[in-house]
Amino acid sequence: MPIGDVLPEISLTLGAVAIVLFASFVRQRQHHWAAVLALLAIGLGAGLTFAQWGGTPRLTFSGVWALDGVALASKLVVLAAGALVVAMSPEWMRADRRHGEYYALVLFALLGVIMMASASDTMELVLGVLLSSVASYPLAAYHRGWAPALEAGMKYFLIGALTNTLLTIGVVVLFGLTGSTGYPDITQALATNSDRLALTIATACVVLGLTFKLAAFPAHAWMPDVAQGSPVPAAAFLTVIPKIGAAVALARFVSLLPPDVTWRAIVASISVATMTLGNVAALRQTDVRRLLGWSSVSQSGYALMAIVVMGISDQALPALVFFLATYATANLAAFAVVTHLRGRTALDDYRGLARNAPIAATIMIVSLLSLVGIPPLVGFFGKLMLFRVTLEGGYAWLALVAVINTVISLFYYLRIVAPMMFGSHPSAVHVLSGLWARSTMAVAGVLLIVGGLGAEALSLFTGSIRFAL
Amino acid sequence: MLGALALAVSSRWTETTARRFVIAVSVLPVLLLAWAWRQFDPQGALFQFVEEVPWVPSLGMGYRLGVDGIALAVATMSALVFSASIAYPVDTKHQPRQYYAWMLFLQSVSLGVFLALDLLLFYVFFDLSLVGMFFLIGRWGHGQAQLAAFKFFLYTFFGSLLLLLAIIGLYLSVEPHTFDMRVLIEQQPLAGTGLYAGLVFLALMLGFAIKTPMVPVHTWLPQAHVDAPGPVSAILAGVLLKMGTYGIIRIPFAMMAETFARYALVIAVLAVVSILYGALVALAQRNLKRRIAYTSINHMGYTVLGIAVAAAVLSDDTVARQIALTGATVQMVAHGLITGTLFLICGSFWQRTEEYDLDSYGGLLRQAPWLTAFAVLASFASLGLPGLAGFVAEFHIFVGTFGVYPWLAVIGVLGILVTAALFLQMLQKVFFGAMPERWAQFEDLRPLEWGVLAVLSAGFVIIGVAPAFLLTLVEASAKLLMGGR
Repeated sequence: MPIGDVLPEISLTLGAVAIVLFASFVRQRQHHWAAVLALLAIGLGAGLTFAQWGGTPRLTFSGVWALDGVALASKLVVLAAGALVVAMSPEWMRADRRHGEYYALVLFALLGVIMMASASDTMELVLGVLLSSVASYPLAAYHRGWAPALEAGMKYFLIGALTNTLLTIGVVVLFGLTGSTGYPDITQALATNSDRLALTIATACVVLGLTFKLAAFPAHAWMPDVAQGSPVPAAAFLTVIPKIGAAVALARFVSLLPPDVTWRAIVASISVATMTLGNVAALRQTDVRRLLGWSSVSQSGYALMAIVVMGISDQALPALVFFLATYATANLAAFAVVTHLRGRTALDDYRGLARNAPIAATIMIVSLLSLVGIPPLVGFFGKLMLFRVTLEGGYAWLALVAVINTVISLFYYLRIVAPMMFGSHPSAVHVLSGLWARSTMAVAGVLLIVGGLGAEALSLFTGSIRFAL
Repeated sequence: MLGALALAVSSRWTETTARRFVIAVSVLPVLLLAWAWRQFDPQGALFQFVEEVPWVPSLGMGYRLGVDGIALAVATMSALVFSASIAYPVDTKHQPRQYYAWMLFLQSVSLGVFLALDLLLFYVFFDLSLVGMFFLIGRWGHGQAQLAAFKFFLYTFFGSLLLLLAIIGLYLSVEPHTFDMRVLIEQQPLAGTGLYAGLVFLALMLGFAIKTPMVPVHTWLPQAHVDAPGPVSAILAGVLLKMGTYGIIRIPFAMMAETFARYALVIAVLAVVSILYGALVALAQRNLKRRIAYTSINHMGYTVLGIAVAAAVLSDDTVARQIALTGATVQMVAHGLITGTLFLICGSFWQRTEEYDLDSYGGLLRQAPWLTAFAVLASFASLGLPGLAGFVAEFHIFVGTFGVYPWLAVIGVLGILVTAALFLQMLQKVFFGAMPERWAQFEDLRPLEWGVLAVLSAGFVIIGVAPAFLLTLVEASAKLLMGGR
């Protein structure tokens, strides 16, 4: 067995196990050391992933596990995002009795997402989706004494159970159709197979199953509730990280399909529905966390644009991973600010923040502007690459829809920015004491600007990635 | 040549120190540009003083700055208007450092727009100018400032996103893909590509028309102007609107000459509609600032008319087209200076009275002779009195238009007539006649205001009396752009 190929994943697993043991034997007050352990595991995983970088794209473990540029790049993005989430958590979780286990759950969920991104086999994909889902449900409802958290967890679980079942059905139908679960075999079998109805059903089920993790229409309904109800660091995790794995998994899956399946039209319509719905729903929100949740829904729609033109534009995959990375940075920065402000969420409470807490307000504004795609922030380059591949792929109308949606989104982002800058609020701002959340916020904010100025480095990194198949 | 300016205004200075420092910094680009002007060789290449630093080479994108005659003229004017506006006294609402920092930020990105030789860099600066303006209007405006700022940002952001799509369209059309303007101007990549070129052109023109603004996409302008503080309005009208017309010259005009020629007549007609509509609506305004805001639409219409005429390759009257382009550029400079002055004067009114209603004023001539003098001078310049800058510009544009579309010129001249009427009526209402009691305490200009207005007025008087220095510069580039096809 080529154990060396999955060393990063092993380091995450061991880290999670170590944290569970640590948390059961150490006093609750010392549990923040579990965060350090988690960061170490993530750092080790990232280092090992980095060591794999540059090799020829290949499949390993009898073809179920992809080791290609896309998998590695998305793995690094996922790990970096995970590190930010872990780093913003300790002070938030300080009072929770089960502080330590939280990090183990985060690591397991990360592992599931990485499996999604690397899976080159339908069973592996199901496994990844289930692992990340199972670890995510308790994250969403971590504050189980609080009704909105329970509601968020419940909603997340119900929608998740339904769509995971659909995914499994799709995989089973596909297996019946092709007699195999491995992607290379499926491609070959599909090339000669002619049962289009079964294939359509299978495709529909798998795509629907993945929309849940992507928070894309029609399985997006959990997103705003989770963003609002779950602990803010967990919300940051759930709005960002599963999306990365799911988007890559979806891209990998649709690239198997024979050209006469109209998956482009399907993905394009999901994309339009997702971004429009997310943006329109966000317009009238008066709760910042909920608003960010809806905005994440719309951002999934943008990401799908790159999948639509996959295979037409050779830059589609780099654009997808790049965009996801930029989106992750911006969204995590925004949630880090909310964490730092002790989860303050009513829009009215943000009035005058620029005067009372200038640094937090600045980072919030920068991250929102990055989500809109204002240059020279990193989000601009993400959107630029998306627009570029979409136009190159001949989907100008899709790009136009995205433009209109971006303008709509500017409106509600400004609804947060304007009171922060122009309003005034007499009372003092309560923030989490301690360095964790504060420094995470600062790091993410700096990344947004530095990433934009150093976009070259990032794009070199993603410029050459492609699938192993 | 000119790096973006450092915004080192964050230390805790008192208002006066910050002010002095900021004014000094803001004058710097004026001096540098004046120096560049002296060094600029009208016989030389189209673009001079080129500076290049790669930014994202894999995307064919770099930090490329440089100027041609047109850019240099507009940029120098912008720097001047900025320095004037920054120096002009205003109510900073207890946040002087932030106010001046945003002004400087806006100045650096605006100059960046005019100096950029890279499409994407152009777009970056173009968008950042919206951000700067949004905060300036929203924070330091009056009336429904936040609403105005919102409307401004959303409306113009839509325009700039269309612009982005068009820029990507242009980018994809050259091999190897690049955002370098010089390459694009040289290659004319979209010549003869029919629908594709048409769509790119449409997106570009729509984007710039919103910014310019042309009728019917002008509706963000009056409100943004009325609710912005005086100096900010001066910048909005004097500098930001120029980005639209400058962009039209730089991108569609220079890079897609063939496509532009096909639609030149449509653009020219729209420009004439803007001229007439702007003038007529301005005439109907009771609000001092709104009236001047609408004249901006009218004046920018002249500029667009000049550009459209210059683009009409179908006519073989090259001289007329060159004259029109020169006129359009001079109009940009002139309008920047003149309208900048007028809006600063509006700012003075607001500082004193918080009242823009024309009917409430009267007889201020005796109370504030200097203010009257400057207002009269700027108004006359704006309505195109010979000997002042507006005349030089409009004369060129109409001479050019006569050569290409004679009947449009005839209709367009009506616009001047209406403008004359509206300015004269405004002057008469505000400065002559009986003075209402409540303005008995009305102060005349303070020395600082006086000085700033004098500098700007000197600018448009000099251009009016001795335009040669500006014309040679602009004509050189106009010729090169025309010859390039």
